Amino acid sequence: MKKNPDVAIDDPTDFSAVERRLGVSRRTFLKFCTGIAASFGLGTNAAMAMAKAIADPMRPPVIWLHGQECTGPTESLLRSEQPSFEHLILDLISLDYHQTLDAGAGHRVEEIKREAMQKYKGKYLLVVEGAIPLAQNGIFCKIGGQTMMDATREAAEGAAAIVAFGSCASWGGVQSASPNPTGATGAPQFLKDKAVVTIPGCPPNPANFLGTVLYFVTYGKLPPIDEKGRPKWAYGRLIHENCYRRPHFDAGRFATQFGDEGHRQGWCLYKLGCKGPETYNNCPSLEYNNVGGGVWPIGVGHPCFGCSEQGTGFNKPMFSLAEVKTHTPPNVFPSISDRQNPTSSTIVAAAAVAGAAVGALLGATVATGKKLDGKQETGQSGDKGA
Amino acid sequence: MNHHYQALDNRPLFTPFFLTMVAIAALGVVFLSIRFVSGIGSVTNLNGGYAWGIWVVYDIVVGTALGCGGYALAVTVYLFNKGKYHPLIRPALATSLLGYGFAAFGAFVDMGRYWNAYNMFLPWQVNPHSVMLEVGLCVATYILVLVIEFSPTVLEWLRKQTGWQIQADAWRSRLDKALFFFIALGILLPTMHQSSLGSFLIAMGWKVHPLWQTLHIQPLLAVLSAFTMGFAIVIFEGSLLTTGFKRHPETHLFSGLGRIIMGLIAAFLVIRFAYLAVAGKLGALFAFDLGSLMFWIETALFAYPLVVLASPRARENGKQLLYAAVSMILAGSLYRFDAFLVTFNPGTGYSYFPALPEVIVTVSMIAAEIALFLFIVKTFPVLPREDHAAA
Repeated sequence: MKKNPDVAIDDPTDFSAVERRLGVSRRTFLKFCTGIAASFGLGTNAAMAMAKAIADPMRPPVIWLHGQECTGPTESLLRSEQPSFEHLILDLISLDYHQTLDAGAGHRVEEIKREAMQKYKGKYLLVVEGAIPLAQNGIFCKIGGQTMMDATREAAEGAAAIVAFGSCASWGGVQSASPNPTGATGAPQFLKDKAVVTIPGCPPNPANFLGTVLYFVTYGKLPPIDEKGRPKWAYGRLIHENCYRRPHFDAGRFATQFGDEGHRQGWCLYKLGCKGPETYNNCPSLEYNNVGGGVWPIGVGHPCFGCSEQGTGFNKPMFSLAEVKTHTPPNVFPSISDRQNPTSSTIVAAAAVAGAAVGALLGATVATGKKLDGKQETGQSGDKGA
Repeated sequence: MNHHYQALDNRPLFTPFFLTMVAIAALGVVFLSIRFVSGIGSVTNLNGGYAWGIWVVYDIVVGTALGCGGYALAVTVYLFNKGKYHPLIRPALATSLLGYGFAAFGAFVDMGRYWNAYNMFLPWQVNPHSVMLEVGLCVATYILVLVIEFSPTVLEWLRKQTGWQIQADAWRSRLDKALFFFIALGILLPTMHQSSLGSFLIAMGWKVHPLWQTLHIQPLLAVLSAFTMGFAIVIFEGSLLTTGFKRHPETHLFSGLGRIIMGLIAAFLVIRFAYLAVAGKLGALFAFDLGSLMFWIETALFAYPLVVLASPRARENGKQLLYAAVSMILAGSLYRFDAFLVTFNPGTGYSYFPALPEVIVTVSMIAAEIALFLFIVKTFPVLPREDHAAA
């Protein structure tokens, strides 16, 4: 990406051009960038770098493919309530081809896609949304007469980076569950020779996608990923590790039925089949749809279903116990009582013992002091003699 | 080899005083067994508001500060190259080792779910931004460093045992090559965790009384007071050993430490009052409530050594030095007790006073430390040789 000299920013903190272009205030804009940088664990320097990258009107071209899926990832991206979120995502990248958002249709759009892929060869970002069916040469999903297999392989050839957005694109999603008649598979499994960043989730958190793309736009490379291609900043920890119901798990307080006492008290949902202990995602810290107030499955009282975890979501029964990857709860828990005041009647005795201890210290000091006084006189005369 | 130190092995270990200390320690073991069988609630008055009682505040927050003798002397001897204080360093290290060892033990005992404690050492389980983690790992590492710093003493003892001379000498020469590194660590680590003990108070926010909530100054005040307490405990312990074992007084060394203490206390008081003035909290000093009362008692205890040791004659006087040191120890301890317990306010409805078993366990730990210290000085060459110290 080269900076456009016509709109070179002299003052590094001048974002007035962005204000005009995106229709958001400078404050909102910088808050947004800082928030994204913070969720990466990066500092304010990174936030400024991201702000500048967005302010640059030269945007990376994006080719967006849809396979077998419900368009959930795109929907979640568009429905987010962050101020001017869709504004930013549409202005941040140059979305040259997107099957559900393109105004145009038919063969003309397919032509534009090929032109863009030719023109920006080696520079564009490829986003795959949806699974790729491999059975019977991929005839179960076709766009413009081309199978998803061929479309993905073709677009992957000249892509600078590939992002699989959503569980379907990441590992196959719901249609890859047994018996999987269409042979649905994820982009990383299909494009074995390419590095694919995966943003799993059903639907995935738009912030995880946006953060990853922002990182790409700012630094020209993709963020650090784990062995399943997930960005570590978003998928580095189990839901269980950051869950705010975790203290209830550790203390052995479980909801055992929907609507029972424990469920109403907001206790741990592990025994209702919560898959938080085996699912890597940042839901507890980001929540969902930017509306706050505990809006995400566990927050509203439903066990996590493991939507982003391969082999868990759509594969394990919803109410079966999760495989706890950290600590299994012990069989016996100490009782917990939230008492406020010391109930013990031994306070007077306690004070007496503590007083005696301090008294012993002072007594020893005075006694030693007296002895030292005597010693100093004899000791000094002794030294003189020696 | 090093003949500057001697073990007091010609004295009987099982004196009535020693046996009394062991008996008190045994009493603590009884209550600790109840704690491990019936849970921490059965022996303490801890509650939802006061999660930290005297086990944490005395054993860890005050206990490690009192264990700073080794740290304070290491800085003086090795950083500022004041070799004349070297005879004091082994007893100081022994005290530090005991103080920190019992602090770690106290932390473990005070943990409601001690069986999860090992997670602290698993990097993928920790929160790297936690003050608690910093203190926990740093104290654990420092205990290892103290063991290594103290090991030449044990090796000296070992080479006197029949059949061990060659091994002991081999280990000693290996150790001497690496010891400078551990001495450096022994200065770095306490600086880190002693200031973090102050950072705890930052994290506690509004629960800490305004007169003690000095925010970003907390770590500095914590480390300054820990330093002075370290020097004070060296004087206190040295004085007691002098009279208890009828040894030559080390007043000529202590008077130098007294001068350092004066400087540190002066800095502490100036910074503390300056902060209160800048933060506009001076009015709270004259509220004449519990907080201001405790503050003035504390300040009086801090000021006492400053006033008394100002005269050079008092600095040469063993009794005055001892009184100043004890005043300093009480001041530093009270500073910590006030901030963490006495004026600590976790919200309406909560109150705390230690239960009898809590006090007994803490007292028994002190007794155990004293008994172990006596055992150490009577077994290992820790105290300076008499003729050497007097020279």
